[in-house]
Amino acid sequence: MTDHAVLAQGVRKRYGGGTTALDGLDLAVAPGTVHGLLGPNGAGKTTCVRILATLLTLDGGRAEVAGFDVLREPARVRRRIGLVGQHAAVDEVLSGRQNLEMFGRLHHLPTRAARRRADELLERFGLRDAGRRPAGEYSGGMRRRLDLAAGMIMAPAVLFLDEPTTGLDPRGRSEVWETVRALAEDGTTVLLTTQYLEEADRLAGRISVVDRGRVIAEGTPDELKSGLGADRVDVVLRDPAALPAAADLLSGATGARVETDPDTRRLSAPVTDRVAALIEVVRALDGAGIDAEDIALRRPTLDEVFLHLTADRAEEAA
Amino acid sequence: MTSTSLVSPAEPVESTGAPARLRWALADGWTLTRRALAHWARRPEQVVMGLLFPVMLVLMFGYLFGGQMAVPGGGSYREFLMPGMFAMTMVFGVETTFAAVATDASRSITDRFRSLPMASSAVVAGRGAADMLHSVLALTVMAVTGLAVGWRWHEGAGRALAAAGLLLLLRFALLWLGVYLGLVARSPELLVAVQVLVWPIGFLSNAFVDPATMPGWLGAIAEWNPLSATIGATRELFGTPGWDGGSWAAEHAVPMAVLWPLLLAAVFFPLSVRRYRRLSR
Repeated sequence: MTDHAVLAQGVRKRYGGGTTALDGLDLAVAPGTVHGLLGPNGAGKTTCVRILATLLTLDGGRAEVAGFDVLREPARVRRRIGLVGQHAAVDEVLSGRQNLEMFGRLHHLPTRAARRRADELLERFGLRDAGRRPAGEYSGGMRRRLDLAAGMIMAPAVLFLDEPTTGLDPRGRSEVWETVRALAEDGTTVLLTTQYLEEADRLAGRISVVDRGRVIAEGTPDELKSGLGADRVDVVLRDPAALPAAADLLSGATGARVETDPDTRRLSAPVTDRVAALIEVVRALDGAGIDAEDIALRRPTLDEVFLHLTADRAEEAA
Repeated sequence: MTSTSLVSPAEPVESTGAPARLRWALADGWTLTRRALAHWARRPEQVVMGLLFPVMLVLMFGYLFGGQMAVPGGGSYREFLMPGMFAMTMVFGVETTFAAVATDASRSITDRFRSLPMASSAVVAGRGAADMLHSVLALTVMAVTGLAVGWRWHEGAGRALAAAGLLLLLRFALLWLGVYLGLVARSPELLVAVQVLVWPIGFLSNAFVDPATMPGWLGAIAEWNPLSATIGATRELFGTPGWDGGSWAAEHAVPMAVLWPLLLAAVFFPLSVRRYRRLSR
């Protein structure tokens, strides 16, 4: 037994075709937290979740979920997890209620308890009125919520969410986010994979950045952002023609490489001494008579962290 | 969305010991059989169409082709036809099994089942029980149809029930063929292929005509077709017109009608189990 809800040490997985999906992945998730696995397509996120949910066997290393080894005691693990995959895993012919009742029975709840649980979950996930309709007629967001409800039959200790908002419209996405937050407040440990940085930033207390089957960085969203180095100064110009001149000024003022985005007329550069740099930039622009629409200091986005981290790896590999 | 906390409705129960595990395996299988029954209740038109299709075939072959057909040894062609159509109805069942298994395998619902603490046998056992129920129903509809077009059992109810047993045994063996094919295909789009392939298998047997009328080598294949064994045996048990046999396979139709399905099941059951396990590699 460990005091981690999820623990993976040096997990390796190679598929039949010879592709290495996981190459020594380490992961530790504290109980009651939301942990994000962030990475591009093919990074190994889904493989990781499938191994932890006992759907795939690992080839090397070890993994524990809720204190039980996934290879040695898969049945005990299955009693303590919920899984919501990339595609809604519900029976589309049956109604929402019939689905939840069936999954309740398969969790070995007695008939009446399964029925009561189905009603409770429909109510909780805002599906009461749709309970009698076939799941195939639900909207994307509703189906995903039904999926979440099915994963919560036993209020599991650990809930795996594999890209829970992929393919949803913004409304469906915010519905799912709201649901995940509520579950986390109830104390469910959530392991969430996503390729949306915004999603990880909003939901996860800690994030593991996964690339090519390994964790290449880990920390709170803030830690990851500070790890990139400094805050950044953003300047938005009125006249796109002034971009090159402004970039030179900005580079001189900050002593760093300046990123230019002509579409948004935005310049961005990292700064070390926040306020001094800001004053320097304002003075330089003013002196050159360049008109700015907006000047702001900000933390780096996770996008920047992510691109930075994966770019490093790409250089290493080259 | 309300803000009530989600409390687990029960503590995780560890089912230890063989009796408890067997009990849960049966309960889980039944839960999934009920899932299939609920599908039928939601789509009754599909079930009815499936049941009426072989009835239509009986009418087509019996009344449109039947006039031309000479029954080996003499007798009514429709009486000759019925055992063949019973067996064909069992073969059509492969389509039902295949479609259900392939559809599930192509969706994430299989992942959900596999992540639940349920018996891993339940998915297939539940499917199998539902399909067998369906086949019993289909056989009943066909028997009523047969009685309406002049088919009778002439050797007593006991032997007629034994014939029904052999037909269901064939269906049971084909169940594993359907499960295996469904797990291999993992996509219901190949259903058309299965629907097409059923026909040469059906025609290359003694279901509609006497294999003796076919070119020599084709006739031999038809004689040894597992379907022919079941059909020959049921003709014998019903006492409906057939032919004098002649070949070894036709002479020993009843034991062959037991052996063939057992052999098929012995091949495709382990193959299916292996395929299902392979999902976790």
